[in-house]
Amino acid sequence: MKVTMHVNGRQVSGEAEGRTLLSAFLREELGLTGTHIGCDTSQCGACTVHVDGKQVKSCTMFAAEAEGAEITTIEGMANADGSLSAIQQAFQDYHGLQCGFCTPGMVMAAAALLEEIPQPTEAQIRHHLDGNICRCTGYHNIVKAIQAASGQPVAVAAE
Amino acid sequence: MPKDGIGASVKRREDLRFLTGTGRYTDDINLARQAHVHFLRADVAHATLNAVDTSAAAEMPGVLRIFTAKDFEGIGGLPCGWQVTDKHGQPMQEPKHPIMAEGKIRHVGEIVAAVVAETLDQARDAAEAIELDTEDLPAVIDMKQAVAEGSPLVHDDLTSNLCYDWGFVEENKAAVEEAFQNAAHVTTLELVNNRLVANPMEPRVAIGDYAMHDDSSTLYTTSQNPHVIRLLMGAFVLGIPEHKLRVVAPDVGGGFGTKIFHYAEEAFCTFAAKQLRRPVKWTSTRSEAFISDAHGRDHVTTIQLALDAENNFTALRTDTYANMGAYLSTFAPSVPTWLHGTLMAGNYRTPLIYVNVKAVFTNTVPVDAYRGAGRPEATFQLERVVDKAARELGVDPAELRRQNFIRKDQFPYATPVAVEYDTGDYEATLDKAMQMADYAGFETRRAASVAKGKLRGIGLSHYIEACGIAPSNLVGQLGARAGLYESATVRVNATGGLVVMTGSHSHGQGHETSFPQVVADMIGISPDQVEIVHGDTANTPMGMGTYGSRSIAVGGSAMVRATEKIIAKAKKIAAHLMEASEADIELKDGAFSVAGTDKSVAWGDVTLAAYVPHNYPLDDIEPGLEETAFYDPANFTYPSGCYICEVEVDPDTGRVEVQSFVAADDFGNVINPMIVEGQVQGGVGQGIGQALLENCVYDADGQLLSASYMDYAMPRASDLPMIDVDHSCQTPCTHNPLGVKGCGEAGAIGSPPALVNAVIDALQRDGKSVPHIDMPLSPARVWAAMNA
Ligand code: FES
Ligand code: FES
Repeated sequence: MKVTMHVNGRQVSGEAEGRTLLSAFLREELGLTGTHIGCDTSQCGACTVHVDGKQVKSCTMFAAEAEGAEITTIEGMANADGSLSAIQQAFQDYHGLQCGFCTPGMVMAAAALLEEIPQPTEAQIRHHLDGNICRCTGYHNIVKAIQAASGQPVAVAAE
Repeated sequence: MPKDGIGASVKRREDLRFLTGTGRYTDDINLARQAHVHFLRADVAHATLNAVDTSAAAEMPGVLRIFTAKDFEGIGGLPCGWQVTDKHGQPMQEPKHPIMAEGKIRHVGEIVAAVVAETLDQARDAAEAIELDTEDLPAVIDMKQAVAEGSPLVHDDLTSNLCYDWGFVEENKAAVEEAFQNAAHVTTLELVNNRLVANPMEPRVAIGDYAMHDDSSTLYTTSQNPHVIRLLMGAFVLGIPEHKLRVVAPDVGGGFGTKIFHYAEEAFCTFAAKQLRRPVKWTSTRSEAFISDAHGRDHVTTIQLALDAENNFTALRTDTYANMGAYLSTFAPSVPTWLHGTLMAGNYRTPLIYVNVKAVFTNTVPVDAYRGAGRPEATFQLERVVDKAARELGVDPAELRRQNFIRKDQFPYATPVAVEYDTGDYEATLDKAMQMADYAGFETRRAASVAKGKLRGIGLSHYIEACGIAPSNLVGQLGARAGLYESATVRVNATGGLVVMTGSHSHGQGHETSFPQVVADMIGISPDQVEIVHGDTANTPMGMGTYGSRSIAVGGSAMVRATEKIIAKAKKIAAHLMEASEADIELKDGAFSVAGTDKSVAWGDVTLAAYVPHNYPLDDIEPGLEETAFYDPANFTYPSGCYICEVEVDPDTGRVEVQSFVAADDFGNVINPMIVEGQVQGGVGQGIGQALLENCVYDADGQLLSASYMDYAMPRASDLPMIDVDHSCQTPCTHNPLGVKGCGEAGAIGSPPALVNAVIDALQRDGKSVPHIDMPLSPARVWAAMNA
């Protein structure tokens, strides 16, 4: 079937089977390979995107369910001039990524968090990231990056 | 601090693509006319495989071809890269490791058939129509039962399930026995080093491609070492010479050891692409990864420490059963032996050590290196037994360690387990960590926890690791079937920019940023003028890849050597241009000058002259400016450090909460502190995962019970604390040009014993003593131990 949606501000259409997941549709049909697939049980968060402004794991919905939706992926997160957005910049500044595989999902999750809670506590950040697994960083610098992106002073390690 | 050279926290350039979704991971690659493979995998652990009926499946829509073991007759098995010699001087038992199960299934997840179809869904659908004729056999799971008389055999052509029985150092055995007889105190500990799954967030992917016009094959794969894969697969499995085989490992989403090895899926996709004359792609699902990626750890150990009346360590002996799984993965035999036994001296002067390791075949997924590989297992048992000894003797664990440390005036120090530590200062890291953790203030914090109804404990561990793997002549004597040098080609372009082609591979370590810092520093130019190329055998010199914390120590050293050659040649050109003697030429801040004069010529003028050699010493030297170096280290490097963990335990539930974690490491010189700190934090995260959460569990039938993120507890953000790291204690390595030691594995090595020691400390209360709890310290286990 043909599915049409708005992705990163542009209307796009592509072919999907009934069983095609949104994550696969973005990657294979639209070539937006920034959305990653790290598991098959909806637990790693590497596939996180925004659907109609809400944080969604794109492996938990079918492409057909996104008909007509507004989708934002990592490819749509930079500023209009192509420079890194504040959240992306904070991830670079605070070394919030290593292999980069979890990173698109982390950035999307962080953006949704700051939308909801502009100045989250460390505990709120950690709680919000529970659906996103990072194997590389131990989360330390991801937490710091999100604190920095929210304009807060960054945490130092427990005294 | 330098702005962007050695020692500066330069921000990572690779982040720009990873943060914008424009990285190029293997699964992001799709080739024209690409077909997809789905592997039918065994769902029983041990069975005869009498027949595979693919007739119905072959008729399904989209199916191109179905492969079974028959298609691989005459093709080699997956090779093992290390041969261990047992304590009787005999080679280990080495079974064939077929690409697909041949006549017998030996673990859940083993490939039984492969369906190649137009689409992945078609391949999956067709695989469901394959009929297997199998007969279940009793599964061999428990290691001690596996080597007991009368156990069923994993491999019928071997004499037993014992791969090898290794003794180290065999000549010391009698003296060790005697020391135990004369000991004033002996501490004994039995423990398990829990089986883990490495779980890089990017699952493995392989794409085979074949070009008929020149009979060449290309493999795109999620590998830490593309040249090693090219050599193993080309020479031992498929019989493709290197010049007809290219292996590309583009952006790789984490490795942690499990992407070192040569896997069946890589050989399959390369083979099938040639058979079908079409690219063949495989992308692992996470569920497949759990039953096909090599697992890690899985040791069962009894360790004993002997002390004299003054609490000096006099001898150590340890007996370990190490699980190999059903087949020998690429480097599996080396992990419990040469990467483990050689580290049993730890940071201590223990004069006599004997290590016995029995490696055992079982009907489980092969086990191989996982971050630290053998060294975490050594450190865990040693740091646990030292802690237990301190408790039994009623002395402070920090002071018992301090008393027995190799002192800083004793380096270089030859241990009784065949390695010579070049440098170290263990008291410095101990003191640093104790200060960072406010060790002295612990009792106040304990009292505060107790007032809240919580138990509080503090634990420390000291580690040493041998990394910068490794001197080739030494590892050759120890059974390695490969050399472990590293390579770099430095190409200077006419207008002065440089490209460094390295055999090291970056899959999160940030080489694209840190390697240029070194080269730029040597020449005195901006790192922006240096580009790193890695991960493709077509455009990098033969290299051994990234593992064992070797990239900067070995790969970085190769790069330094090549750059030195460049500078030497550039000085000759500069001397010619300035009509001066070569001996008088100095290079500083990107300009060559003649000592004692104001003559100078810029870097870019010299590089231009090399490629436009109009005014050039052509009689003396060739045009061009490109050099290659291979660096083979003289010794391992020996990072060390002290980690201190503080926990709270809920006495009602047994739940452990990590309150603080500090790491004081000695990595020698540091190129990019930001990256180094990130490596330690990540390693500590994995170590806390092992100690608290992660566990790979098989049932008696060989079914993997922890085969998804629903059952295998990965550390999440709320499970981990902030991790306070320091690397200011630096005793530079004496035998490599950068004085670096490597930092990739330390965190995973040092952290599990610190955490377990902290929990054990918390549980000593009301006259009760809990001597040990096996990892992971789940609430159930902690609660049971408290209430035993
Ligand atoms: S791929 Fe969607 S949660 Fe893992
Ligand atoms: S950066 Fe590698 S998984 Fe997060």
